[in-house]
Amino acid sequence: MKANTNTHIVIIGNGMVGYKFCEKLLAKKKNDQEFMLTVFGEEPRVAYDRVHLSEYFAGKSADDLTMASKEWYEENNIRLFLSDPVVDIDREEKLVRSHHGHVVHYDYLIMATGSGAFVPSIPGVEKDGVFVYRTIEDLELIQAYARKAKRGAVLGGGLLGLEAAKALLDLGLEEAHVVEFASRLMPRQIDDAGSKILQNQLESLGLNIHLAKSTQEIVGNDCIKGMQFVDNTFLDVDMLVISAGIRPRDELAKIAGLETHPRGGIIVDNGLRTSDPYIFAIGECALAHHMIYGLIAPGYEMADVVASALTGVDKAFLPYDMSTKLKLIGTDVASFGDPFIEEPACKTIRYENKAKGIYKRINVSPDGKELLGGILVGDAEQYNMLLQTCKNKTILPPDSEDLILGLRGGEEAGAGVMSLPDDALICSCEAITKGMLCHEIGEKGNNTIDLLKKSCKAGTGCGGCVPLVKDIIQGVMKQNGQYIKTVICEHFDHSRQELLDLVKMNGLKTYGEVLNEFGHGDGCEVCKPVVASVLASLWNENVLTKDRAPIQDSNDRYLANIQKGGTYSVVPRIPGGEITPDKLIVIGQVAKKYNLYTKITGGQRIDLFGAHVNDLPLIWEELIDAGFESGHAYGKALRTVKSCVGSTWCRFGVQDSVSFAIEIEDRYKGIRAPHKFKSAVSGCIRECAEAQSKDFGIIATEKGWNLYVCGNGGSKPQHAQLLASDVDKETCIKLIDRFLMFYIKTADPLTRTATWLNKMEGGLSYLKAVIVDDLLGLSLAFEEEMQTLINNYKCEWKEVVNSPELRKRYNHFVNVPEKDPTITFEEMRTQKRAKEWV
Amino acid sequence: MEPTHNTKDRIIWHLACNVSDIPEDGGGCALIEGKQIAIFNFARRGEWYATDNQCPHRQQMAIGRGMIGSQGDEPKVACPFHKKTFSLKSGQCLTDDEYKINTFPVIVKENQVYIGL
Repeated sequence: MKANTNTHIVIIGNGMVGYKFCEKLLAKKKNDQEFMLTVFGEEPRVAYDRVHLSEYFAGKSADDLTMASKEWYEENNIRLFLSDPVVDIDREEKLVRSHHGHVVHYDYLIMATGSGAFVPSIPGVEKDGVFVYRTIEDLELIQAYARKAKRGAVLGGGLLGLEAAKALLDLGLEEAHVVEFASRLMPRQIDDAGSKILQNQLESLGLNIHLAKSTQEIVGNDCIKGMQFVDNTFLDVDMLVISAGIRPRDELAKIAGLETHPRGGIIVDNGLRTSDPYIFAIGECALAHHMIYGLIAPGYEMADVVASALTGVDKAFLPYDMSTKLKLIGTDVASFGDPFIEEPACKTIRYENKAKGIYKRINVSPDGKELLGGILVGDAEQYNMLLQTCKNKTILPPDSEDLILGLRGGEEAGAGVMSLPDDALICSCEAITKGMLCHEIGEKGNNTIDLLKKSCKAGTGCGGCVPLVKDIIQGVMKQNGQYIKTVICEHFDHSRQELLDLVKMNGLKTYGEVLNEFGHGDGCEVCKPVVASVLASLWNENVLTKDRAPIQDSNDRYLANIQKGGTYSVVPRIPGGEITPDKLIVIGQVAKKYNLYTKITGGQRIDLFGAHVNDLPLIWEELIDAGFESGHAYGKALRTVKSCVGSTWCRFGVQDSVSFAIEIEDRYKGIRAPHKFKSAVSGCIRECAEAQSKDFGIIATEKGWNLYVCGNGGSKPQHAQLLASDVDKETCIKLIDRFLMFYIKTADPLTRTATWLNKMEGGLSYLKAVIVDDLLGLSLAFEEEMQTLINNYKCEWKEVVNSPELRKRYNHFVNVPEKDPTITFEEMRTQKRAKEWV
Repeated sequence: MEPTHNTKDRIIWHLACNVSDIPEDGGGCALIEGKQIAIFNFARRGEWYATDNQCPHRQQMAIGRGMIGSQGDEPKVACPFHKKTFSLKSGQCLTDDEYKINTFPVIVKENQVYIGL
């Protein structure tokens, strides 16, 4: 089909697919083609990301979810009518009429009307407190109602229903229930065994799951009071979210006399044309290949097919793969290919680990050569590879169970991502193949995720392919013989690890020397703190002496944490969280004297906020007199070693965790690393100190201590992993010495131990081999280097307090003794707080 | 040193501090005529710079505590709060077009630092 000049195209619906069609059409438009685009949307907002709708409750704003701003439509000369659905189509005259009376001519009409929530006809669905989960407006209503509700239920245990249930938990309801008509959760994606594992995981998070429940009536006067089921049971809830599936929005198509399916959907052919050749239907309103495609990737593909057709390229919409992977409330769930095919049409391999909440199933062809489909619950790390293996009909290895279990030698099964054929679809949202990516990376040099997102949009849809894209970047660069190294910045062509070795070998101790010897230019705010960290990790000299004060990052520069308003906070070290009443009194007195806000930290110590820079040496003078030391809360260094009270008081404790925590904290205090690191010691298996969330954590056993490493709280929590069990104190300390030195010497800047391990080739088994089995023969050196650092430890605040030269820098003004007059505070709960940003 | 920016008004030179008050390759802040001025001793380049002490991003008085360095050949300073960087020559924010700070001429004479306002 060849479009004439200035073709008028009207798009009915401004959802994700309708928007994507506009974007694709503009991108494919040839120079001699002109299109006049008009978009009608029913909702008051421009198209937004409905896939990530539940993130609205987790703090994302409507703006964050927007696909493209209103300005984008203006810039591209697209007429956009919002809150204005099309109510009539005149196919004879090729005109549409909107609710507000706009009449627009079309040469081609695109129906992208999407779908609405399917609401089953249960008596009482009209009551207050019953909602659907479809638009931002729905979410706003749910949010408002949830404030006074206590018990909520979701009708429907499918993908969206479980998302909605998570939203109810996020909104703070006391009880959240999921009611599903089928006998398992996510009946379209997973089987009974997978559902059981998923159910366990969800129940452990506080969701109540009710399966095989048929709802008879929604009870209550005006507002919902509960749900009556056919089996005579009753559920007491005061709000209900219905998420029982979708219903294609085909009512306009019906009025216009287009062919629709009795069960919903506008019938289209392979080219997505409706029964009227000038009208196309795409997305969830279209019925192609006898089905509604309720996922975003096929919706985008439909947009692509029609945009291609209108720009003169014939393309067919083929039956689309409905494989999915998602994270539901922290649990991975994935299904691909044909997940449900049964023997004898296939051979099925199942792996189930109830303790860890993992279920995996793959269906292999009877001759064992092809992967037909499968299900993953609890651990979907292999999803992308399995999907590719399945789609590309890759010949399987003889022991196909390796695909889900891994080679028991620890290496990954299969030949890795580079063995995929060039036409393997990697980003299904944007239809990007491996070959296209290799071209972008290898020929055009777009060798980071950000560059690829800009150049070809890979990974910009659902984001699920990003890890695989990263692997391809690494693979291509390796193939091209490019050594992949992360340089620090424009001033140093070295990685942190290389620079550390160079500085050590040459015995350099100042930034000036390092820059002169191994860098160029004048340095910057990126390399200065890196060099500062390297120098501190090697020599452990005071970070503010020689030329090192101006290269320290904001907090290290003044040995305190800069806060809103330009004041600082002060954290004295309280090893293991143990403190005497006398010391508590001193902290109170100091806080009062200098008018500081006080708060207990998560690391079992006390933070004093709102100190003027001029007061810092005075405050520390008093703290040091009382026997306190720096807590290094400002440094990329050991923060705290948290402890539970252990066997000295606790009736369950099996070891003295407090004493060990104090010993550990005193041992590693002040040691600088690529990032901050934290520790904890628990006195028994109950783990009250939360040691498994720390960079290194120790848990007492009957026989000794278990050592865990590379855990992390923060934005991406990760459990620490067991490095050694039942070791005695001395061995435990030796292992920590080696572990920390290995981390300090090899990690990239600002990389926590968890990320460092995640990036390490060989992972935990390699780390174990180096630390425990001394694979590299470096253990002794690590221990000696650590001992040198420990021997060089001095409280840096004590040094500042006793040095007039260092103290001199603690003035806001260099020419007058005044404090910063612009600093003001507000009052809150009888203490002070920083003034809000302007 | 010549004044680094054009101004129709006459520049009045103010004594700010001694050379030793500003660390080499670092900065400090002086109070001049009620204004907070950040002063930088870019010893590596043998240059001195002065700018507003207030970062326009969150109106924090902290530019003088920022790290200095270069981007290409452009000397710059990074605000310690959110690492917005500013050209020490033009005051233009290098990481966000929206922001700009004022720069002031500096003269060093007999170990004393003068700022022109």
